[in-house]
Amino acid sequence: MSSTSTTAADAPHDAGTGHGDDHAHDVTLAHHFESHEQQFDAGKLGIWVFLVTEILFFSGLFCAYAIWRGLHPEVFIYSHHYLDTFWGAVNTVVLLVSSLTAAWAVRSAQLGDQKNLVRNLLLTIVCAFGFLGIKTIEYSAKVHHGTLPGEHFKPHPSAMVLVEDGEYIGVAGDLARKELGLVDPEMPAGLTEEQELALVEARAHAIELYSAKLVEQADPVPPSVPTFFSIYFFMTGLHGVHVVAGIIAMFWLLKRAKRGDFTPKYFGAVDYTALYWHLVDLIWIYLFPLLYLIS
Amino acid sequence: MSSTTQTTGTATTAVAPQQSSPSENYLNCSKGFLSWFFTLDHKRIGIMYLCAIFVSFALGGFFALALRTELFFPGMDFPAIGSRSPEAVYNQMFTLHGAIMVFLVIIPSIPAALGNFVLPIMLGQVDVAFPRLNLFSFHLYVIGAIFFVATLLGGGLDTGWTFYTPYSTSTDTMVITAVMGAFILGFSSIFTGINFMVTIHKMRPPGMGFFNMPLFLWGMYATAVIQVLATPVLGITLLMLAIERSVGLGIFDPALGGDPVLFQHFFWFYSHPAVYIMILPGMAVISEIISVFSRKHIFGYKFIAISSIAIALFGFFVWGHHMFTSGQSTAMSTIFSAITFSVAVPSAIKMFNWMTTMYKGEIVLKAPMVWALGFMWLFGIGGLTGLFLGTMNTDVYYHDTYFVVAHFHYVMVGGTLWAFFGGIYYWWPKITGKMYDEKPAIIGSLVALLGFNVLFFPQFFLGNMGMPRRYADYLPEFTLWHQVSTIGAYILLVGLVIVAWNLLKSLTSGRKAPANPWGGNTLEWHTSSPPPHYNFENSIPTADDPYDLDRWAWDPETQSYVHVPLTEADLAARAAHPAH
Repeated sequence: MSSTSTTAADAPHDAGTGHGDDHAHDVTLAHHFESHEQQFDAGKLGIWVFLVTEILFFSGLFCAYAIWRGLHPEVFIYSHHYLDTFWGAVNTVVLLVSSLTAAWAVRSAQLGDQKNLVRNLLLTIVCAFGFLGIKTIEYSAKVHHGTLPGEHFKPHPSAMVLVEDGEYIGVAGDLARKELGLVDPEMPAGLTEEQELALVEARAHAIELYSAKLVEQADPVPPSVPTFFSIYFFMTGLHGVHVVAGIIAMFWLLKRAKRGDFTPKYFGAVDYTALYWHLVDLIWIYLFPLLYLIS
Repeated sequence: MSSTTQTTGTATTAVAPQQSSPSENYLNCSKGFLSWFFTLDHKRIGIMYLCAIFVSFALGGFFALALRTELFFPGMDFPAIGSRSPEAVYNQMFTLHGAIMVFLVIIPSIPAALGNFVLPIMLGQVDVAFPRLNLFSFHLYVIGAIFFVATLLGGGLDTGWTFYTPYSTSTDTMVITAVMGAFILGFSSIFTGINFMVTIHKMRPPGMGFFNMPLFLWGMYATAVIQVLATPVLGITLLMLAIERSVGLGIFDPALGGDPVLFQHFFWFYSHPAVYIMILPGMAVISEIISVFSRKHIFGYKFIAISSIAIALFGFFVWGHHMFTSGQSTAMSTIFSAITFSVAVPSAIKMFNWMTTMYKGEIVLKAPMVWALGFMWLFGIGGLTGLFLGTMNTDVYYHDTYFVVAHFHYVMVGGTLWAFFGGIYYWWPKITGKMYDEKPAIIGSLVALLGFNVLFFPQFFLGNMGMPRRYADYLPEFTLWHQVSTIGAYILLVGLVIVAWNLLKSLTSGRKAPANPWGGNTLEWHTSSPPPHYNFENSIPTADDPYDLDRWAWDPETQSYVHVPLTEADLAARAAHPAH
């Protein structure tokens, strides 16, 4: 604890928001730690405890999920057909890759390989943005179809999932298109722009009408389907917020990595952020089957 | 506490810091608002918490007095304010009283204010593990408090501090701002918990194993465990509530397939352990005071230490006892009731160990001890009446009556607040460098004790007679006890005013505090009062048995305790009996 022997006449360490230590010996060792090892261990324990709080934070939602699913399994079986398993699977892969690059970044930092550190951080950020981009595609489809949470759940007939005798038979709009012969319909030649628009609208209207008829013929929609979308949007939304937080943290790391802050002796921040990122990944790995892959 | 005493005994270079106190200390080393508001010094952060908590306490106390005044006579005595009926004004006042006192006063009181100041010094460290996170916690506290003030000014809140659905999703008061305030305060609490946990794990000085720590640190550690494990669940619950209200998610709304009782489960999963976030730090302070002011080694160190952890863990499995009347199954209620009784065991272990510590000790009746004894008395009553409420059949009768109100005020105010004031008096010389005036301090404590009992003891009778809580009006047969209770509230106010005046006066006219006015042996008494910027001027004393009080002797000349070096004979005696 050599730092205690510095006289109080030194610049006050709390005068500003900055680093706080005014010792010349090693800028990467905060003044209240005795060794790099102690500093690293403290940070590591801190981030693990923080991850525990994160798990408990999500646990409330997982708990709500379990209770609803226990009470209304039919709602979950019916509703999951609204989700796009393809994009969900792609997103899972994207996140898994980003976890790999994050772990690689830690390894690069440990080895003092600054070039690879920067490269892997960049790749991780790119994957994170990719994840958010795909999530945007999924969300905008939901907004477009009116499959929104709670009291905002007002799907268009053409977006409704049809079930007969408990068996999934498809989305009303798709079936309607097929039966009306409107799958990839061609535009007749020689129409004015106005006429084209009118035709598109008429076709859409026909699909809507036919869908509504199909919806009437199929099994009734289980009540409280909106709660499924509540939990879907809440869980994936909260997860998305965590992705955004991870991106911010990684940009901060990137800036510091480019500046050459990290050395084999001092790379805690990279390690901690990567741990956080793995947790974000892990939560998605649970969300994907729980929401998308119900059968 | 066995082997280290030998090694450290020889290494006792312990400086006698009481002789020369440096002119520079943490209070005067830098000046200006920013040097405080953006400080990384745990001591200054602790003091800022202390001030903020006092302001919140005054506000919450004002509401309490207004409520008690209204209840002096039967009938409605509040005026209508704006479009709000007098009854609505009453509802908003008891809600804000509860929410402010719980979230802004009692939960942060001991850990964030006293804990922040004392914990790193007790560990012989310069600071907590994450000073910037510590400052961030404080800033979150301020932001959370601003949300509460916005709630107050922007239309109030009338859900009670528990935010029960479905009322909280349908009332037109400012539920969202209040809930977001509590959410932010929750994160402030979580970050403090993480900080303390890591600091205790990773930054103990040489010679201080877990079982050589002062019991205050054990209490802080147990508190941190709950803060870290329970608060996130409150966070997500409040977030669900806020989103439910703003966009109609339907999680707690039966019309959309949700379940309002689910909210109660989530809420109490946090809020019951939170009761122990409130009381464990109090017990931690008491464990220090009782030993030091009995001039005797603490009795049953390990039992007190482990019982803190036991309380923290048991606390997670009892939340259902808040919901005996919610319609949960009888089997569940029975199990929750049984586990609830088990919490009485570690609490009683502490009580008996404190009493045994006092037995044949030389009890010094100074202000901290007077508060500590008050604590034992009040917490005893609060704890025992808790058994009435943990028992299912009596609880069905007492549920939502004044009996419950009296019970939890005995525990939260009589317990936590008494320990908080005891701790403030105990560490006041260390924090401010000034001695308070002993006589008014004791009078203030006793007046407050009298007032508190006159205020809340009659509420047990009221509850027994069937007076429901949260009612703005009552039947004439309840008048007598309501009036006694209100008189008690004003006596308590007088006591607290004496306390405030006594403490403030010491700042200007108090005698300069010595390094060790009470003869404690935890490390904060090994440095000057107030401590220097980096906590210890020269070398940090080696950690030793924190309750080895024989090493300090009263010196009438300097009016303080001075360190007595161990003689060869002492060392030999200790080597022969390592576990004294």
